[in-house]
Amino acid sequence: MTNHLAILQVVLPLIAAPLCSLINQAKACWLFATTISWLVFAISLSLFIEVQTGGSIRYEIGGWQPPWGIEYHIDALAAFVLLLVSAMAAITLSAFQRRITIEIPKHKQGLFYTAFLLCLTGLLGIVATGDAFNIFVFLEISSLSAYALIALGEDRRALTASFEYLIMGTIGATFILIGIGLLYMQTGTLNIVDLQTRIPAISHLHSVHAAFAFFTIGIFLKLALFPLHHWLPGAYAYAPSAVSTFLAATATKVALYLLYRVFYTIFGSEFSFEVLQLHYILMPLSILAIVISSLNAIFQQDVRKMLAYSSLGQIGYMTLGIALFSDAGLVASILHLFNHAFIKGALFMTLACFLFRTPSLRLDDLNGAGRAMPWVGFAFVVGGLGLIGVPLTSGFISKWLLVSAVIEQGHWWLVAIIVFSSLLALIYVWRVVEHLFFREASAALVANKQPIGALLPFTWVVLLSTLYFGINSDFPVQAAKAAAKALQ
Amino acid sequence: MLSGLYNYWIAILLMAIGFYIVIAHSNLFTKMIGLNIFQTSVFILFISMGKVDGGTAPILSEAYTAYSNPLPHVLILTAIVVSVATTAVGLALIVSINRRYKTLDEHEIEQQELEQE
Repeated sequence: MTNHLAILQVVLPLIAAPLCSLINQAKACWLFATTISWLVFAISLSLFIEVQTGGSIRYEIGGWQPPWGIEYHIDALAAFVLLLVSAMAAITLSAFQRRITIEIPKHKQGLFYTAFLLCLTGLLGIVATGDAFNIFVFLEISSLSAYALIALGEDRRALTASFEYLIMGTIGATFILIGIGLLYMQTGTLNIVDLQTRIPAISHLHSVHAAFAFFTIGIFLKLALFPLHHWLPGAYAYAPSAVSTFLAATATKVALYLLYRVFYTIFGSEFSFEVLQLHYILMPLSILAIVISSLNAIFQQDVRKMLAYSSLGQIGYMTLGIALFSDAGLVASILHLFNHAFIKGALFMTLACFLFRTPSLRLDDLNGAGRAMPWVGFAFVVGGLGLIGVPLTSGFISKWLLVSAVIEQGHWWLVAIIVFSSLLALIYVWRVVEHLFFREASAALVANKQPIGALLPFTWVVLLSTLYFGINSDFPVQAAKAAAKALQ
Repeated sequence: MLSGLYNYWIAILLMAIGFYIVIAHSNLFTKMIGLNIFQTSVFILFISMGKVDGGTAPILSEAYTAYSNPLPHVLILTAIVVSVATTAVGLALIVSINRRYKTLDEHEIEQQELEQE
């Protein structure tokens, strides 16, 4: 049993998804999906421990030997990302039951949980698999279910946002498919370990360069890296709150995982950075993402859109770590992936808490909400501090590592940019805090005593974990170092 | 060079046509068709690369010695399913968008969204 954990991780939610649509009863489906997601979390936790102690796991599906059969390959990086994705899925499903019953029509809830489990399957599959074509299939499973989930938002703009995501996402995935095809033409294999050993001998071929280019654009689209980010703010802002929480914490992170996997493992860092000089595009794009998205965030009226733009900026930090092309930069990038997922997840959860009593998440509707709902307001402040990167939060640790990696290379001007964008983050977080605490609450808001339920304690659990990792950062830093080592 | 690789030229031409339709047309339904052409071009790229000159289907028989590679074909079967699913989701979205905006034109939708802000 235990040696099949690598495949169970992915297959469990995959089998649970159609069962969920057969049950098709809101409450039962929720219970079922939540149980499955905690089981998946338990599996990924035990995989994580196994990888930390015994090294990476290679699993042959159906006993077919790779490279003929498909192989699942879980190394330190994959185990770390699996842990993150499954934890966020379990937390989201447990915490959001009441919001889902409010936001989604009753007859659609069974299908909502089905799509959610499929999305989880896809995200986990991308990370777990060691087969290039499998990556494409799982990418599409997660994306297709994500489009459906986003389109369930109440606002009609959710539909157009979802459609835009569908167009951009499909183009991105198809580009990745072209890249896979070109590599297969030249190497005759789809197994990632095989690709890794065969590419150096043929790396001078134009078709390998073309494959690299297609992978780059495809992944940048999925990652929503500036300037290919246009689909993301709408998708996060109009999706049901459970969906925007889950996707904000995991979807772009898995795309980033794909970036590590393709450029470090498949092509090899030497080819990606020394021969093709990937950092010459990655560096300016990261800087533009950091500065322009943070500026954009300042001018948003809808707080969810503001957080979405802030996510784009944070993605810039993660790619900046890669663009530095140093071990320290890579560790900082992976650590920021982990820390930011929980901080952003917690912030989207606090917004969902507000939605119980405020009519929308526009700044004017949030006037005085922090005073009317002190625990939620305080949660936003703590999460916001993490976003800015104030000491004692986990956001500080990863930013600190990033800044030291930058200093190590002597790029002082980059330090200035990071500090400047942190100031921008301070401004956009402060704008919300000002509305939450220093404006008069409307009478309707003060009178509204609707209970928030399980969402608030779960929000605080996630927030306290980010504070804990900010004070005692051993666990994530060690895991990120092991993950970076696995990529070398 | 042109004649030996004509399958790739066709794939690239289709790819460019599909991609152009997605970018240039403002009707959502036309965009969806463009996306389909774009995906189909990739299928052709994959399928044609598996063909070996003079090769047959992979049948185990003494009479045949050269086989075409069946793996790209199998991969594309999966990709076709993915493409069908994408089209289905896209069309479902288009129907819902039409129901709530009363139009399928991107610019008109944008206009309506600006008014809603």
